[in-house]
Amino acid sequence: MTSSHEALAHPASSAEAAPGNQPGAARGAHGRGTPPKGTASWRSRLYRWDMKASPYVLIAPFFVVFGAFSLVPLLYTAWYSLHHVQLSALDHQTWAGLGNYTNLLSSEFFWNALQNTFSIGVISTVPQLLAALWLAHLLNYRLRGSTAWRVVMLTPYATSVAAATLVFTLLYSWDGGMINWLLHFVGVDPVNWRESDWGSQFAVSSIVIWRWTGYNALIYLAAMQAIPSDLYESAALDGAGRRQQFRHVTVPMLRPTILFTVIVSTIGATQLFGEPLLFGGVSGSKGGSEHQYQTLGLYMYDQGWIIGNLGKASAIAWSMFLILVIVAVVNMLLSRRLRKSP
Amino acid sequence: MSAGDLTFPQAPGEAGAKTKATKAQTGGEPGTRAKARPRGGRRLGRPRMTGAGRQLDAGPVTYAVLTVFALVSLAPLVWTAVAASRTDRRLAETPPPLWFGGNLFKNLQAAWDQAGLGTAMFNSTLVATTITVSTVLFSTLAGFAFAKLRFRFSGALLLLTIGTMMIPPQLAVVPLYLWMSDLGWSNRLQTVVLPTLVTAFGTFFMRQYLVQALPTELIEAARVDGASSPRILWHVVFPAARPAMAVLGLLTFVFAWNDFLWPIIALNQQNPTVQVALNSLGTGYVPDQAVIMAGALLSTLPLLIAFLLFGKQIVGGIMQGAIKG
Repeated sequence: MTSSHEALAHPASSAEAAPGNQPGAARGAHGRGTPPKGTASWRSRLYRWDMKASPYVLIAPFFVVFGAFSLVPLLYTAWYSLHHVQLSALDHQTWAGLGNYTNLLSSEFFWNALQNTFSIGVISTVPQLLAALWLAHLLNYRLRGSTAWRVVMLTPYATSVAAATLVFTLLYSWDGGMINWLLHFVGVDPVNWRESDWGSQFAVSSIVIWRWTGYNALIYLAAMQAIPSDLYESAALDGAGRRQQFRHVTVPMLRPTILFTVIVSTIGATQLFGEPLLFGGVSGSKGGSEHQYQTLGLYMYDQGWIIGNLGKASAIAWSMFLILVIVAVVNMLLSRRLRKSP
Repeated sequence: MSAGDLTFPQAPGEAGAKTKATKAQTGGEPGTRAKARPRGGRRLGRPRMTGAGRQLDAGPVTYAVLTVFALVSLAPLVWTAVAASRTDRRLAETPPPLWFGGNLFKNLQAAWDQAGLGTAMFNSTLVATTITVSTVLFSTLAGFAFAKLRFRFSGALLLLTIGTMMIPPQLAVVPLYLWMSDLGWSNRLQTVVLPTLVTAFGTFFMRQYLVQALPTELIEAARVDGASSPRILWHVVFPAARPAMAVLGLLTFVFAWNDFLWPIIALNQQNPTVQVALNSLGTGYVPDQAVIMAGALLSTLPLLIAFLLFGKQIVGGIMQGAIKG
């Protein structure tokens, strides 16, 4: 991991131009050109100290805050997940062992939330990434006002989860909602987006798709533009049409990027929270009257802050983490496989 | 935040910044290389500085499909404004309104006062600005150290930083909540500012940029001239990092403004950020759909303006991050 710093290890390359050869230009340089006396040696000591200490000084603020508010809480959450911690009696914490976890495994709501998280994750991620790929392909043409197109595609990203969900909730309302009204023109009966199983999951997913497609498209676009054009030229020489070029040049070259966006979207889907919460309105944390779209993130919030069982909420959080670790490992194996196959 | 917000993907080619980078670095940066995906082809593409792999002229069909995409992107936002200019009763009727009515300012006023968006906008501006300044500053310092300095465990620490970008925020909120209530800080703005003063993403982003944009010879030369670290930072690192700092600042501001999970746990309607106020609106705090839409519009307006002004930079930042990640 250190080879990017190699230049620092060979200070001679530039030091040759400096006959007055200052001390400390690199580690171990102190032997040469010992500075005369007094102030100079004080300065050189300061200088060497500076060289040694400055990296740590530079990273310290980051790691202090990051450690205190991200890493340490991770461990504390694990600790709390092994305790009974009630919102109403925070000072009274008792050891629970694996009680919170066994409680989870026997709770139908946990499995329901897990299943919902998975199905909403699939419904939101797959179409989103396919649309993003298509959009990126279109944006990769030489366009008039290409920047404007890109900015427009990114505007949903500027909209917060909360604002977007409030708007979509109104669009999806049962009667008087824009979407049901449009559907009636194509002869579809009004759908009860908030109550029905698949309807509500689809509605929640559509918010995610709307917000993230443009963002992912830009990432694909960046990757597409880095594909050397000789590959397309030779493919064209071999008689490949545009569609074939897309299939046989673009997609394979984008494979690592696609895998990456899959990972990122999976992480996002696992922690999905704001969209279903606000889509549900007053019963938001339950994920609908029948828990139709209660995700793991929502279930955790519900258990922790509505019902007030923070120990169980911690156990849910750690379950989410474990699921992500499993997903990451599977992804890694999969991508290694893909990379090996030509 | 959702990890998706801020994680940069890796993608091929190091097009842009490569121009400035040292020739000695043909090997590319190793840190990410180890876990990532180089493809043989990228090296072929290196000399092409334009970054344009293939550029065919767009035909009418392309424009037509893009227009559909653009409509889908923009329509909900435009319709938010339409709905915000109507009355609650009108919004419950079929067919839904398709054009503006005359109640926009009345509804905005109601959102500002009744729904507490006035306070919320002020709070969010304060919170997001603080977070942005501190994230950009500390990320640049740490990113520079990771990019250009050697120190023990730098590799391991960088891996730790990257690895934790994948951890959902849910894993931190229970202890944070308990600590903040111990401190008697519930409903204070510092509860939402403190945990977000730095982000792993920011550090990684600056590191990726500086590895290539900051010529190592420049630092060496300054060292040889006897410059101290603060001087090097001020005269060499910050000037080189400025473009990336600006982009990181924009992205961080968007993230901080839209952050949801922790603020709604830590704050309530008494002293809300924008997202907390919207959450209250969603759960019936002011049961008037037109006012709710006005709130949604108002809360998004600052970011829409930012996109209008700096859209190009934001797009560039996301794409650059994609390329260098």
